[in-house]
Amino acid sequence: MRATVTLDVARYRPEEESAPTLQTYEVPFRKDWVVLDALNYIKDRLDGSLSFRWSCRMGVCGSCGMKVNGTPVLTCAAFLGDHLPGPIRVEPLDYFPIVRDLVVDLSDFMRKLKKVKPWIIREEEKPLAEGEYRQTPDQLDTYKQFSMCINCMLCYSACPIYGLEPGFIGPAAIALAQRYNMDSRDQGARERLEILSEHDGIWQCTFVGECTKVCPKNVDPAGAIQQYKLTSAVHWLKTLLPWGAR
Amino acid sequence: MARPITPLLWLLFSIGGTVAALLFPVHVFLTGLAIPLGWIDPPTYEALAGLLRHPVTRLYVFVLIAFPLVHWAHRFRYTLYDGLQVKHLTPLIVVFCYGAALVGTAAAAYLLWNIP
Amino acid sequence: MSPGPHYTPYHPKWYRRRISVWWWLENPSYTGFVLRELTSVFVALFAVMLLWHIWALGRGPEAYAVFLGRLKTPLLIAVNGVAFFFILFHAITWFNLAPKAMVVRLRGKRVPDWVVVGSNYAACLVLSVAVALILLRA
Repeated sequence: MRATVTLDVARYRPEEESAPTLQTYEVPFRKDWVVLDALNYIKDRLDGSLSFRWSCRMGVCGSCGMKVNGTPVLTCAAFLGDHLPGPIRVEPLDYFPIVRDLVVDLSDFMRKLKKVKPWIIREEEKPLAEGEYRQTPDQLDTYKQFSMCINCMLCYSACPIYGLEPGFIGPAAIALAQRYNMDSRDQGARERLEILSEHDGIWQCTFVGECTKVCPKNVDPAGAIQQYKLTSAVHWLKTLLPWGAR
Repeated sequence: MARPITPLLWLLFSIGGTVAALLFPVHVFLTGLAIPLGWIDPPTYEALAGLLRHPVTRLYVFVLIAFPLVHWAHRFRYTLYDGLQVKHLTPLIVVFCYGAALVGTAAAAYLLWNIP
Repeated sequence: MSPGPHYTPYHPKWYRRRISVWWWLENPSYTGFVLRELTSVFVALFAVMLLWHIWALGRGPEAYAVFLGRLKTPLLIAVNGVAFFFILFHAITWFNLAPKAMVVRLRGKRVPDWVVVGSNYAACLVLSVAVALILLRA
């Protein structure tokens, strides 16, 4: 078994350079190491100036998203062994401004998540005395898949529409909106419809499908978006009726 | 109309895509390949004219032409917009795509209405 | 700067990559996507050919014979051949993606994707046979 593997890591030092460059490092190869382990080895032993985000190292926090050999992945889930013989290219996520090295700016993503009102909207709050909301397993099943999102932004990095149209609200935000729209406790579908039907809403999506391909949690945002297009179109038809749904 | 019609365009695009997916393969195969290449005998003029006398056939042919044209218009508009990044030409693209589809639909309606 | 947490919306030193006009060639998935979208051109092309077909039929047997003759030219056979493959590609990708947009629920459980996809292919087969029979038995 080989002893080391080469990593080509994107560096960007805004105080020194005007564009990113690639820096090569030799790290030990271990069968059970992931790219995140290699990056931490670099930072600990080779080059302490390397900047990157990570946290749980087990695929639930969504912090360590980066491009490995051109594909957006969670670096805590990308085994070095799967990317042999190397060199393994590690770059920051596409379509987000690069702050430093492998760190990108998240503010656009955060703003878009908030925009879809990701909370249970009720016309009238149920008083505490009436007890809890009840939900059957089938009702949970309608939205559970969309609730698995860990906000890792891999889908935004895979979506060419987001790259071409930075105003596009994006796959994770729409999946999140669907998570609440399909929740039996929620009554806010109408409110979210207005937001999502805007010019930069769901209609920018041309169903490339890359978002679903890269999602580490099988949220299937592309499916959420297409389902929502159908819902929105049916609603539009209903508004044509004289007694139409508003 | 103040309310955007994108949902309607998407519905028409979906219907057109379904019509094209379900029915175009056989029609292209027969009309474009099997008959010209002599694999099967072409239906006679009288046979086809007879078929077209039925209003149902005329409706079928109308659907076969109109909806796929709208499907193309909607899809091609986004392909130009995203693929060539010609955001500044959006009004021109919109007029060209949906306009062409409208012209084709009108032509189909006119021809099918007036065919003997 | 106001107190409390907020996001910095912009900084001049953040690096923003330009997207090339050839973005769709840089990744095989993207290229496949653009090819899929371009099938619509062949769909439109055949729709126009159908228009031509009924126009020729409307003008009488001689015009129809001329139309059939034109179909036999190598150029049109080539165009129709290519169109056939692109339209098949459209049909296959369309049916495979159908279950994403149409979620059918029977008695609370979601119908599995393969049922939706399979039904679409079955419908295509049945309709194709019907059309072929009607056109050729006339």
